[in-house]
Amino acid sequence: MHVVIVGAGEVGTSIAASLASDHEVVVVDVDPDRAEQLKYELDVLTIAGDGTASGIQTAANVDEADMIIACTDDDRTNLVTCGTAKTLGDGFTIARVKSTEYLRTWEGNEGAFGVDFMVCTDLLTAQNIVRVIGLPAAIDVDPFASGLVQMAEFEIAAESPVAGQTVSEADRFESLTFVGLFRDGEMIIPRGDTDIEAGDRAVVIGSPESVQSFANDVAPDTTPDRADEIVIVGGSEIGYQTARLLEEREFTPRLIEQDADRARTLAEDLPNTIVMEHDATDTEFLSREHVDEADIVVTALRSDEKNLLVSVLAKRMGVDRVIAVVDSPDYVTVFEEIGIDIAINPRTVTAEEITRFTYESIAENIAVLENDQAEVLELELTEGCRFAGRSIAELVEEIDARFVIGAITRNHALVTPRGDTVLEPGDHVILLVDSNSVSEIASMA
Amino acid sequence: MAGSRIRVGWQASVGLTGDVLAALVVPLSFPLLLSVYYAEPSLPFLAAITVTLALGALFRRFGDPEVNLGPREAFLAVALIWLLVAAVGAIPFVVAGVGTIAHPVNAMFEAMSGLTTTGATVLRDFSLHSRSVLMWRQVIQWLGGLGILILATAVLSEIGVGGAQLMESESQTQDVNKLTPKISRTAQLIWSLYLGLTALAVATYFLLGLAFDPRMDLYNAVAHAFTSVATAGFSPEPLSVGAFHPVIQWAVVPFMVVGSTSFVLIYFFINGEPMRLLRNEEFHFYLGALGFFSSVVALALFLDPATAFGLEGTLRHAVFNVASIVTTTGYASTDYVLWAPAAKHMLFACMFVGGMVGSTTCSIKSLRWLVALKAFRRDLYTAIHPDAVRPVRVTGKPVDEEVIRDIYGYLLLSIVIFFLLTVVIVVDAERADLRVTEFEAMGAAATTFLNIGPAFGEAGPYGTFASFSMTTRGVMIVLMWIGRIEIIPVLVLFTKAFWTS
Repeated sequence: MHVVIVGAGEVGTSIAASLASDHEVVVVDVDPDRAEQLKYELDVLTIAGDGTASGIQTAANVDEADMIIACTDDDRTNLVTCGTAKTLGDGFTIARVKSTEYLRTWEGNEGAFGVDFMVCTDLLTAQNIVRVIGLPAAIDVDPFASGLVQMAEFEIAAESPVAGQTVSEADRFESLTFVGLFRDGEMIIPRGDTDIEAGDRAVVIGSPESVQSFANDVAPDTTPDRADEIVIVGGSEIGYQTARLLEEREFTPRLIEQDADRARTLAEDLPNTIVMEHDATDTEFLSREHVDEADIVVTALRSDEKNLLVSVLAKRMGVDRVIAVVDSPDYVTVFEEIGIDIAINPRTVTAEEITRFTYESIAENIAVLENDQAEVLELELTEGCRFAGRSIAELVEEIDARFVIGAITRNHALVTPRGDTVLEPGDHVILLVDSNSVSEIASMA
Repeated sequence: MAGSRIRVGWQASVGLTGDVLAALVVPLSFPLLLSVYYAEPSLPFLAAITVTLALGALFRRFGDPEVNLGPREAFLAVALIWLLVAAVGAIPFVVAGVGTIAHPVNAMFEAMSGLTTTGATVLRDFSLHSRSVLMWRQVIQWLGGLGILILATAVLSEIGVGGAQLMESESQTQDVNKLTPKISRTAQLIWSLYLGLTALAVATYFLLGLAFDPRMDLYNAVAHAFTSVATAGFSPEPLSVGAFHPVIQWAVVPFMVVGSTSFVLIYFFINGEPMRLLRNEEFHFYLGALGFFSSVVALALFLDPATAFGLEGTLRHAVFNVASIVTTTGYASTDYVLWAPAAKHMLFACMFVGGMVGSTTCSIKSLRWLVALKAFRRDLYTAIHPDAVRPVRVTGKPVDEEVIRDIYGYLLLSIVIFFLLTVVIVVDAERADLRVTEFEAMGAAATTFLNIGPAFGEAGPYGTFASFSMTTRGVMIVLMWIGRIEIIPVLVLFTKAFWTS
């Protein structure tokens, strides 16, 4: 595969490093020294120049590229790069953006800005934080359909209230589907009367909210409930998105922001979050507001130094779990060595997401389960394919393969699959498939 | 004009006032036709028509449609229109020359009370007056209701008086709530809704009259329909709605309640978005106030051995009179002056509530109380957590701090003016050697300034305001005028900055 990466910062370098061995990679960067350096570090072809210019793109053979990844630090540069690439050829374009505004525009209009896949750094980081906070009991969690749907795998412990229940007893949630059960290494396609035993691994697909509720049923002790106190320090976009996602899961977090105007805006946008306007490094304030008694503290300030200071303060005051956003990847280990529970780096998260996406497939988002016994696929149904126009009950009858449809998204909204749900072209279908039938099922979409 | 130039485009205000005065011919012709039909003197209305046409022409001559109508000009126009329409409205009473209202001050009181949808009357003997003159009182109130609706939905929300701008943001109506360029469309929608509700009231009252009570004839059905949706309160009957069968009294309640509900939200309710009304917090507050006060008054009536209405009667009188006062209508189903102090004082408290913003209601209005209470609750919270940033929300939407300040200011101003008016009434009664207790003075002050209608004592629902001195009535005329157009448009006219800077 011929891949062009525009922007050789942390994200671009990391992606280039993972792809260089198997693919033909060209890296474009405005800084000639950086380009030169990378040439020797990674053994890739580098071009120094403005990645948005069509002359430079032609030099990088964008017209014949299979994939163009625009991952500079600047949103607009990335969008223009993708737009320009689309005028030259038909490669698959991936843009990294910070602004959730651009993401919303892109989600609402297919192919907007000439971008085929958009990765929003701040939102992705927030989703990661919320996953770490919300689902500590899950073995594996993967987002599908741009975060509308989540797949999660849980190990059912002996003391879990779910152990000993049947699937229909455990699945009390409207938008959740039980897609698979692994017992002693064997996959079982669950039916309503299938018993769940201790030691089983259960795979569920559904809205993030319903997965959260299910996690609470599976592991009530470790999963935070609504009464748990979560404090977010810093009203950056990551802090805001984290609070918003937590609100969606019915938590009532507290958010501390120093700037008066920003605090007011946040308070208006987040009806179920208590916003405080104060400097979070003021220990007197932290103890007055009983931040020391919080269960989880997330630091999302704009500088790593401040995040470090607040994290250490919180840890010393006796907070159970401290999650820090760390902007520079080099400091991640430093944070974790000091005793901060989890350090999340937005660039690493972005690079991982883009790499995962490029690795797996262009059209399908996949998760591999239990030593490749089964895979979860996201398929976009095309006009006239085998799935379109048929109900799920008909498909189960007709197709001789082991699969379970877990969720459907239609026009960016979740549709809960039932036997009589009729699939339509354009639907995104998230389904669990036995590994032996993956290519057969994938070819039907 | 040496030294200080006038910076108000008064030509625009005057021109608009002229247009309105000329248009008064249409409503005036209704009692005129009625006087011909009943073979009563037509001169009172002919005289008023002549005057309004002449005044209208004069104002239009000085008016200049080229001058832009901004907020200042709107303030001036609103104040002028309410004053002059009341003055023209008083002419038929003076020309008819019968009873108390033959006196110009009394006639002005009656007309201002009508136009401001107050419903306080100086009539002593209803039987003296012709049917057409009595109908004219009803027509003035209906016009007052219509005027205030257009004012509230199109003008006040735009220039933001005492938090009225909230209505706009809260009802999210880009299409029906803008002053320009869609003022005509807004006016049209509101006009037709108001007309439709009035027609429905006429039909309801008339049909119920056929079935239960011959006194509710077509004349009375029209007369009461005019003043119930307008939450105004005049009645050609000396016993008000209490003159009619209990079923009719029950039927009047929903019309008063709807008249005090936001017309913008009623519009959405009819047009397939009922949740906007049903989820509206101001609506909940308003219905909650009605329910709360009705139950307390009903309880007070049950406990009082002196009032024996029976179960249905007690409930009816409690619900009817509470609804009448909370919606600021001012009808009565019985003479509540005779009730026990507990029930009477609850009714007094009801005077300060008011219906929803964007309706024909008067008084302080539910939205202002709701925001003030929520802001107060927020202040209690921030007393414990001084760093918390908590926007006040109404129906999920954050309210600007500036709006909250406006609302606090408006509440304070209302209370102060009410208090001063009480003092004036007491002092003036003393001077004129009238026996008016403090409670009666407070009731009369609240009922006129907040445009409700009846008070207590001599000025009770079956009494008359003619019992006050002429000076007091003069002051009341001014305060009804100020109170109806939300205080600020009149008060700004008395500032130097309004005219010169």
